[in-house]
Amino acid sequence: MAKRTLTIALMDAPYESANLTTAFRILDVAARRGHDINVFAYEGAAALAFARQAAHPNPVHGKNLAEENHPTTKDQVAALLAEAARNGGKVDWVNCGMCVDERGVGEFVDGTRRGSPADFQAFVDASDNTLVIPTK
Amino acid sequence: MISYLLIESRDPFESNDVPYYYELAKALREAGNEVTLFLVQNGVLAARPSAPAAALSALGQSGVKVLADEFSLRERGIARLAEGIAAAAIDVVVDHLEAGSRTLWH
Repeated sequence: MAKRTLTIALMDAPYESANLTTAFRILDVAARRGHDINVFAYEGAAALAFARQAAHPNPVHGKNLAEENHPTTKDQVAALLAEAARNGGKVDWVNCGMCVDERGVGEFVDGTRRGSPADFQAFVDASDNTLVIPTK
Repeated sequence: MISYLLIESRDPFESNDVPYYYELAKALREAGNEVTLFLVQNGVLAARPSAPAAALSALGQSGVKVLADEFSLRERGIARLAEGIAAAAIDVVVDHLEAGSRTLWH
């Protein structure tokens, strides 16, 4: 399959919805296939790449930090960017600026950037296909 | 012929919108389009032999390809599927995006 440019819009906040698990699985497949990927992180999804997320232990379950091995979405975003690069693709991950400001999550992991819905329009115009994953 | 991928993430016992999405798949097929309905997350609960599965089996008979995400099935301990529904990897979504299918999420 020839390289494609695919856009995915996300709206769910971290740690709240199975939609994000599925979205990251779809993005992972696209990255492994070497496609160029655009992600527009809107509304709650603007916090996915927030750099100050921290893993934590789970004292209720008696697990320390390493044993808990808590996944953070910021690490998943970084891993997605790395996977795409390994396979000859690239990820342009845009965090909605107003959504970011509202939530105070303006510090992003490297390789993602601030933008606006105008970026989503540009993504759609330049993409072979687009998938919007809305909140429920 | 236009190709559609309809992704259903909701359980019909949870949302009354789900039957309308099945109807959309049926109508698109009857209009001469190629239609795949991909069940994911709680959407796969309808793939068990059960009352809602009859609607999915009927879709299959009408020419809609009905698939259920194998990861979501494993998460929920579902090993047996109703007639006309097949398990599939999440790769199906990227296959359709690559091919230019009109891809909708519910």
